[in-house]
Amino acid sequence: MKKSAFCIVILALVLVFLYLPIFVLVGNSFNAAKFGGEWAGFTFDWYAALFSPRNREIWMSFKRSLLVAAIATVVSCVLGTTAAMALNKWKGRLQTVHFGLIYTPLVVPEILMGISLLMMFASLKIPCGLLTIIIAHITFCISYVTMTVLARLQDFDDRITEAAYDLGAGGLYTFFHVTLPILMPGIVAGGLLAFTLSIDDFVITFFVTGPGADTLPLKIYSMIKHSRQMPVINSLSTIMLVLTCLLVGVSRIVANHRPHRHLKTTK
Amino acid sequence: MVGVRNKLREVGLTMPSFLWLSFFFVVPTVIVLSIAFHAASPDGGIAPGFTLATWRSISNPNYPAIVWRTIWISALTTFFCVILSLPCAYAIARMTTKWRAAVAGLIMLPFWTSFIVRVFAWRTLLNPEGFLQGLLSSIGIIDQSVSLNYNSGAILVVSVYSFLPFAIMPIYAAAEKFDFSLLEAARDLGARSFFAFRKIFLPGVRRGVISAVLMVFIPAIGSYVIPDLVGGTDSELIGNKIYQRTFPDRNLPHASALAGLTAVAVLLPLGCVAWWMKRQDEREAKRLAEATSRRISGGAA
Repeated sequence: MKKSAFCIVILALVLVFLYLPIFVLVGNSFNAAKFGGEWAGFTFDWYAALFSPRNREIWMSFKRSLLVAAIATVVSCVLGTTAAMALNKWKGRLQTVHFGLIYTPLVVPEILMGISLLMMFASLKIPCGLLTIIIAHITFCISYVTMTVLARLQDFDDRITEAAYDLGAGGLYTFFHVTLPILMPGIVAGGLLAFTLSIDDFVITFFVTGPGADTLPLKIYSMIKHSRQMPVINSLSTIMLVLTCLLVGVSRIVANHRPHRHLKTTK
Repeated sequence: MVGVRNKLREVGLTMPSFLWLSFFFVVPTVIVLSIAFHAASPDGGIAPGFTLATWRSISNPNYPAIVWRTIWISALTTFFCVILSLPCAYAIARMTTKWRAAVAGLIMLPFWTSFIVRVFAWRTLLNPEGFLQGLLSSIGIIDQSVSLNYNSGAILVVSVYSFLPFAIMPIYAAAEKFDFSLLEAARDLGARSFFAFRKIFLPGVRRGVISAVLMVFIPAIGSYVIPDLVGGTDSELIGNKIYQRTFPDRNLPHASALAGLTAVAVLLPLGCVAWWMKRQDEREAKRLAEATSRRISGGAA
């Protein structure tokens, strides 16, 4: 098993490579040295600076990011779920084109989507701002939600809805009381994906943003580019890192939760 | 009546996403392509009238070099990502189920943290007064005067770092379904480890490798943040140029033509891969059909 040992060594090195910058970042957030070259003692100063009124702008951009991500998630979940249901149920020419529309945004580099949306807003004389950012985010989130829900629909048993119809349930009643609860884990997973993609998006947002509409990644970028507040970025990133880990942990627990148990107990 | 109602329901479920993406994805794409055939007006807008002047100005010697550098760095990034992913995927696929989930989670976790922050972390790491410079020069690998940051090498390292999880995951998904007893059989028949890896494992995870190549190459071609934060002035990529033409220069036709060029750089390899996969499938089907007919005719004889 020489081969296997060699592969495990490579895997270990890759993991070190993946975590090295993150460890340095977390370490520097407690480092008293301003440029992080060497260790100058432990400090909480950068965390204090982060919460000082001087950096209020960071928290405003964070709130803006949350708002954009929340709206983009809800809208793309609705559009993505209807799209996935249509793609799963019908197989005609319309759905072939529909699938192409859903799939292509996934293989187009972000920068192309950013610039084309900007050009459209510019030619229609729509002023760029929070609204254009939300539209852009919904556009790239739809495809991800659709793919996630579609995967869930693939093992959906159509006889369940037929049974509901046979028992006298109407279309809407069946949708809300039978189809939706079964699809929920898929929609939640797609929604979480949409939320993280939206809150982390830089390139597309960068192109369609307007004055006073900076989201958190844009704010961090302009701090990296223009101000010399590097240690504050480190402390902010560490907090975000901890929050993401918590979110991923919670989503793991939600994903492992079995909804069928609920169906069995109500039977 | 049932047919009409069915059709109405199909249209009703399809239209929301269909119209949204038509209006905010297809229409903008068409607009970008058409703007590339207009001239820029002095006020930063688009002048009326059809012209090929923008495309002609793109062939000035500056651009082919940038396009070439973008494709070259993306290709190298893809190569290193796949080369590193193959042993990783192999190692993970041979673990017990519990370990697999843990290690796969560890690989994906950095992906859940802010992309811009990770690139920033590398910028700190590669800084002349940073951790890596000190480490490497104290071992004697590099001279203190060599700059790790702001060049094509830095772009390559950070790109490999950013896209590596996208390469490991599809190859690992393919390796998980791979029948490892085939490798043991090959070794029993006298094949060396590396030969068996290359001739049996590699074709076995072919599809995973193909999707890894696409998952890395496409975002790498359009990358903007990485060359902007760790690249230098002589290592600009096409993404930087698109940004410059759009904002500081406000030359929208020029930016559109560059975007068109980027789209070609992405679609060309995508088309080639699709064609190649289709041909492989047809060959496989043909070989199966031949083998079956041979067996049938052999059985009849």
